[in-house]
Amino acid sequence: MNIAANHTAKRDYSLTGPESAHAVAAGLASADWYHSDLPRKEMKALMRRSDQQADRDTVLWFALLILTGGAGAFLWGSWAAVPFFLAYGVLYGSVCDSRWHECGHGTAFKTTWKNDVVYHIASFMVMRNPIAWRWSHARHHTDTIIVGRDPEIAVMRPPEMALLALKFFGLPSAVYDLRALLRNAWGRLSDDEGDFIPEAEQGKAVFWARVHMAIYCGAVLWAVLAWSILPLMLIGGPRLYGCWHMVMMGLIQHGGLAEDVLDHRLNSRTVYINPISRWLYWNMNYHVEHHMFPMVPYHALPALHARIKDDLPAPNRSIADAYRDMIGALLRQRKEPGYAIRPVLPSTARPYREELHDVDIARES
Amino acid sequence: MAWIDVCDAEDIELEDVIRFDHAGRTFAIYRDLEGQVFATDGLCTHEQVHLADGLVMDDTIECPKHNGRFNYQTGEALRAPVCVNLATYPARLNGARIEIEVS
Repeated sequence: MNIAANHTAKRDYSLTGPESAHAVAAGLASADWYHSDLPRKEMKALMRRSDQQADRDTVLWFALLILTGGAGAFLWGSWAAVPFFLAYGVLYGSVCDSRWHECGHGTAFKTTWKNDVVYHIASFMVMRNPIAWRWSHARHHTDTIIVGRDPEIAVMRPPEMALLALKFFGLPSAVYDLRALLRNAWGRLSDDEGDFIPEAEQGKAVFWARVHMAIYCGAVLWAVLAWSILPLMLIGGPRLYGCWHMVMMGLIQHGGLAEDVLDHRLNSRTVYINPISRWLYWNMNYHVEHHMFPMVPYHALPALHARIKDDLPAPNRSIADAYRDMIGALLRQRKEPGYAIRPVLPSTARPYREELHDVDIARES
Repeated sequence: MAWIDVCDAEDIELEDVIRFDHAGRTFAIYRDLEGQVFATDGLCTHEQVHLADGLVMDDTIECPKHNGRFNYQTGEALRAPVCVNLATYPARLNGARIEIEVS
C-alpha cells in the first residue's frame, strides 16, 4: 500500500496555508526522524572536518571557471567558443548549487571563513539570497518534504511535466529567484520567507539581495555599453544555459517519493553516478545518507553509505535508472497525486515504522 | 544550587559530548582536549534537537540537525541557524567523577 494513496486533490504547498496547520497538528513538524544506528566513535570519524579536499576542489573549480570562461570570451564570435561556454555554463550554473549547499551546511571546509566565502559566491551564482536560503534549507532539513512546512519541494503534485522540463533551462526557477532577489532588495519578504526567516535575520536578507542586484545591474550595464551579450554569458546567463546538471540531479533527490513521512528512506533517493557528476555535485547523490546525517561532510558520504547501506533501500544504479524510476511515478501522480514510490528495504534493514507514516491515511479516511 | 554527580570522566572521550538527564531536564556534558569539563542545556536553541549527537570541535559544538554552532564553554551562538545563546552550567571534576551544578 502506498503511503498517501487517498489524496486526490491538489495540495497547498505554501507555508502559511491549511496544510501547514495540518502538519503541525499531525506531529509532522519538527518531528523525530528515523536514523540508522551507528556507534558514536564511527560517527565522530565520519563527521570529522578537513580543509584538504574542499581546498583542492575549490581551487580546481575556480581554475576551470577562469580557463573555460576566459577561452570562451577570447574566442567569442566564433564557433570555437561554444564548447568552452558549454563547460563554463555547467561549472557556473550547476556546480554553484552543490558548493552553495555544502558550504551552507558548513561542512565542506573545516575553516569557517572558507565555508562562508564560497557560500556567498555560490549563492550569487545560483541566484539565491544567501540569508533566505540558509533558513529555507534549515527548514528543508527539519521538515523534509512535509507539505506546508518544507519550502524546497521541487516536484509538487500533481506534477506538471512541461514545467519540469523547462527547469533544465533555468525556467521559470531563475525568473522566480531573480524576482525574489528584486523583492528582497526592495525591502520586502514574501509570506513564506517571513515564515522561515527570523526577524533578526530579515535585514541581512535585504542587504545581500541589494548586493546581488547591484552586481547584476553592473553586468547588464556592461552588456549595454559593450552592446554585446558576452557579459551576460559570463555573469548570470549560466544560471539558464548551464543549470541542466543541477536540475538533473536535484529532481531525483526526492521526486516520485513520499510526502509527509518521518523516514528519509521513504522520501529521499540515493543514486550511483559517474565520477564526473559526483565531483560536480559533491556527492549529494548519497541523498538519504545526507538527510539522515547532515553533519557528515560531502567527502565522507561514500564511506557513510558503505557503512549503513544494509539499512537503506538499494540505490538506483545510475542517473538513467533513477529517471526511469521517477518518471514512471510522476506520470502516475498526474492522475493519482497521492501515489508515491515505496522503496523496498533489504532484509537486513530495520522496517519502516508504520505508526510514523499513517498520518495521511488517517486524515483522509 | 547543588552539585549533581554525572559520570566518570573516562565515560566521555576527549573532545566529545554525552547526554545527561536529571530531574526532568536534559543536559550536554563535554570534555575538551585538555580534559576540562563543561555543561550546557542539552537541546539546541534553534529546534528541539539534542546536542549530544553533535560534533565537538575545539570549543564548539555543532548541532547534528542543522549544523548551527555554539561555544559550549560560554554558550554563545556562533553560526546560523542558531541565534539564541545556550545556557551553561558550572561543571567540575571531583576525583574521577564529573559533577554539574544546577538549580
